Amino acid sequence: MKIVIMGCGRVGAMLAGRLSDAGHDISIVDLTASAFRRLPEGFAGTQIVGNGVDQDTLREAGIEQADAFVAVTQGDNRNVMAAQVAMHLFDVERAVARIYDPERQKIYTELGLRTVSPTVILSDRLFDAVVDP
Amino acid sequence: MYVIVVGAGKVGAQVVRELVTAGHEVLAIERDPAKVAAINEELGEIAILGDGPEVRVQDEVGMARADLCVATTGRDETNLAVCQVAQVRFHVPRVIARINNPKNEAIFRALGVELTVSATQAILAHIEQELPSHPLIHLLQLRGSGFELVEVMVPEGASTVGRRVDSIDLPPGVLLSLVVRPDGTPEVPNGETTLEGGSEILAVTQPEHETWLRRALTGGA
Repeated sequence: MKIVIMGCGRVGAMLAGRLSDAGHDISIVDLTASAFRRLPEGFAGTQIVGNGVDQDTLREAGIEQADAFVAVTQGDNRNVMAAQVAMHLFDVERAVARIYDPERQKIYTELGLRTVSPTVILSDRLFDAVVDP
Repeated sequence: MYVIVVGAGKVGAQVVRELVTAGHEVLAIERDPAKVAAINEELGEIAILGDGPEVRVQDEVGMARADLCVATTGRDETNLAVCQVAQVRFHVPRVIARINNPKNEAIFRALGVELTVSATQAILAHIEQELPSHPLIHLLQLRGSGFELVEVMVPEGASTVGRRVDSIDLPPGVLLSLVVRPDGTPEVPNGETTLEGGSEILAVTQPEHETWLRRALTGGA
């Protein structure tokens, strides 16, 4: 699969490395070039400096041929906007956005976006870690 | 009307002032405490501190009973999120978004934020108007119809000067709405109107026919 990832923080970089190792064609976008140092050594994908909300940057990252798009920057608003651009303007089949705010996650799920909320997942895990025997 | 304005920077604060003066019930949501304090000092307690796209914040200010939500921040992604939460969660009948990057207009429209205001676009239009040589000026997008209002200047000495409107091969669907003569006199053109050098023509056209329209009226390449 051709996959575009927006945001090369810890999560973005790790995900990019894992998907690349699994044989996928990865382009990763970040505002700052220094963010790419988080990528694993020997990362085979493409690195693009730019704003992933910008349609021209997404085109440069190959969004027009992409099968999937993942938005994992620190900003919920940026993530959902970019994922919706990928979905509605570039017809990317799988557009996924990280959303910290669980309330907004519900709204965007309703609008057909695939979403992951670290807040929900982490609190579930922590709950289990505390309560489970 | 009950209007909720998100963002009380230079643009938002001015919008709030105008709406208050016009007698509307207005509430502003702003992230910067200093700006909240400034609005409240000037206009009474009508600004609250908060993050505009947050569901809880919109709930607290009564977004569900708002007639209009205006997103005026300097970030397009924030403005889009504000409008989407207001529409999807609180069913606000009308939303208006400021767009900072004109390239983003397409995504706002695709997502149902029909009314967008782009300062950049407005400034560009003014600049076009101030450049005397500019042959075609964009005045207004007629939203939903696929048409736009443009102004075409007929230059002195153009090959079309002296020709009647009904002898010109205009693109399909184009409507010549108004001719402003060089002395400033406006008139509604008909087939017998002759083109005069230095006059301005206001026309309704589809964007894809802009070049054809300009060539037809100015004779230029």
